[in-house]
Amino acid sequence: MYREQIIDLYEHPLNYGAVDPHDFSYEEDNPLCGDVVRIDVRLDDEGRVAEVGWKGQGCAISQASASLLTEEIKGMTLDEVKAFPKERLLELIGVPLSMARVKCALLSLKVLKAGAYGMPGPEELRRSDD
Amino acid sequence: MPPGDRGMTVFDVEKVRSDFPVLQQEVHPGVPLVYLDSAASSQKPVQVIEAMNDYYRHYHSNVHRGIHALSEKATNAYEGAREKIARFINAPASHEVIYVRNATEGMNLVALCWGRHTLQAGDEILLTEMEHHANLVPWQMVARETGATIRYVPFNEDGTLDLSGLSSLLTEKTRVFSFTAMSNVFGTITPVKELVEAAHQVGAIAVVDAAQSVPHMPVDVQELGCDFLVFSGHKMCGPTGIGVLYGKEALLEEMPPFMGGGDMIRRVTLEGSTWNDLPWKFEAGTPSIAEAIGLGAAVDYLSELGMENVHRHEQDITGYALEALSEIRGLRLLGPPAAQKGGVAAFAVEGVHPHDIAQLLDEDGIAIRAGHHCAMPLHQKLGLSASARASFYIHTQRGEVDLLVESLERVKKVFRL
Repeated sequence: MYREQIIDLYEHPLNYGAVDPHDFSYEEDNPLCGDVVRIDVRLDDEGRVAEVGWKGQGCAISQASASLLTEEIKGMTLDEVKAFPKERLLELIGVPLSMARVKCALLSLKVLKAGAYGMPGPEELRRSDD
Repeated sequence: MPPGDRGMTVFDVEKVRSDFPVLQQEVHPGVPLVYLDSAASSQKPVQVIEAMNDYYRHYHSNVHRGIHALSEKATNAYEGAREKIARFINAPASHEVIYVRNATEGMNLVALCWGRHTLQAGDEILLTEMEHHANLVPWQMVARETGATIRYVPFNEDGTLDLSGLSSLLTEKTRVFSFTAMSNVFGTITPVKELVEAAHQVGAIAVVDAAQSVPHMPVDVQELGCDFLVFSGHKMCGPTGIGVLYGKEALLEEMPPFMGGGDMIRRVTLEGSTWNDLPWKFEAGTPSIAEAIGLGAAVDYLSELGMENVHRHEQDITGYALEALSEIRGLRLLGPPAAQKGGVAAFAVEGVHPHDIAQLLDEDGIAIRAGHHCAMPLHQKLGLSASARASFYIHTQRGEVDLLVESLERVKKVFRL
């Protein structure tokens, strides 16, 4: 399941680093494996993603996913970010994932949406996590 | 037999392997299973599976109620298993063996029934920094409720306990010292008897988390002198859903019941109830009957091999594994040398997350554990978010360790290390 691109992104992540100032920023970890991802987003005057950066640590899947996701949302409106389908992210990752690893893959999306929706508490997040 | 398979094992490992149906499979097409995750949960020999099947097929019935033949047979098997378990750990009496769901439930029972009714503000609970969450969280909960404070024995870099400050940690304020007999991450075998004696010297009780030791080495509760000791069936060839709390009779007698319901009472009126005798005072409701019988069969199976032999076999495999793993560049082994530990090898590979290691090993049919192994404070102290852990049991062969090493080299290649 480790296609070259995943390892490439793990070694050379895209959009890695903090964005300051930003319009929203959110961080969350996956306590099961200790993966952690933070995403900062700055919007332009039209409310589109002008700049996005992420930081984190964890397995190759969770980290590659953050690179792919942040690359994909550039130029999107806030509503498009909120509606970003998880299927699309899994498609970008492009390798079949076991149940346990889907959580790794979707951590960055969870973080992004939590930020976009205005940082609900972890309780609320867990409920929306299917 | 692969060339690596020359150990000092005193029982026939091939014969043991043939007893485990789960090992006779290809986990992916063309890839045989190499099960190196027994410390998380062990596989079951056919003798255990059949004992449980036999109960369900031929004499399933509720226990302790029966006037009929099946109930009598079920009760005898259920209580017979308790006697086997008592002999296995050399408990003075079988009514000191309480059936619980697992080691975690046993520890919660002690924390709730003994701790909540004994501890007061100002009292101290002593634990160690390398405990499994099962021996941390119940005490944290009871400390919050009673106002008692928790102190921790630190561990050294090599994963052994740092006992240099023990005399200042164990004081007249200490009411309980609860610690692992074998770390589930480092594998470290702790000096249980010495620690029990130290606790008793200050008037504290000693509680032993034996989830990793009872399945892998001889354990004699009278020799150790501990007040309570807990372990799980599923880590010792038995089924899930059954575990044991051993407790000294005098303490168990003083404690209030755990849960209320049927079987734990002597007499119930609308005004109140009186409790049943030990051990049933702590066993409310219809118990895990098949599971207790299965655990009894597991005890028979391990006793036949001999726990000294089990321990010797695992030390041989562990020594072999640690030597082979230490030759992998960039791999950091956690824990002490083989002579001081049980059958686990936890490690971290610089530049590869343990989950990625486990995933790639799985492609080669090798099952290991990756994560914090329910020991987050331990990993935090090591500066790791997680680690990978291979663990060994009676069916593990040196050839499987060779496959692990080969596969780890492949992991490094995938990650261009």
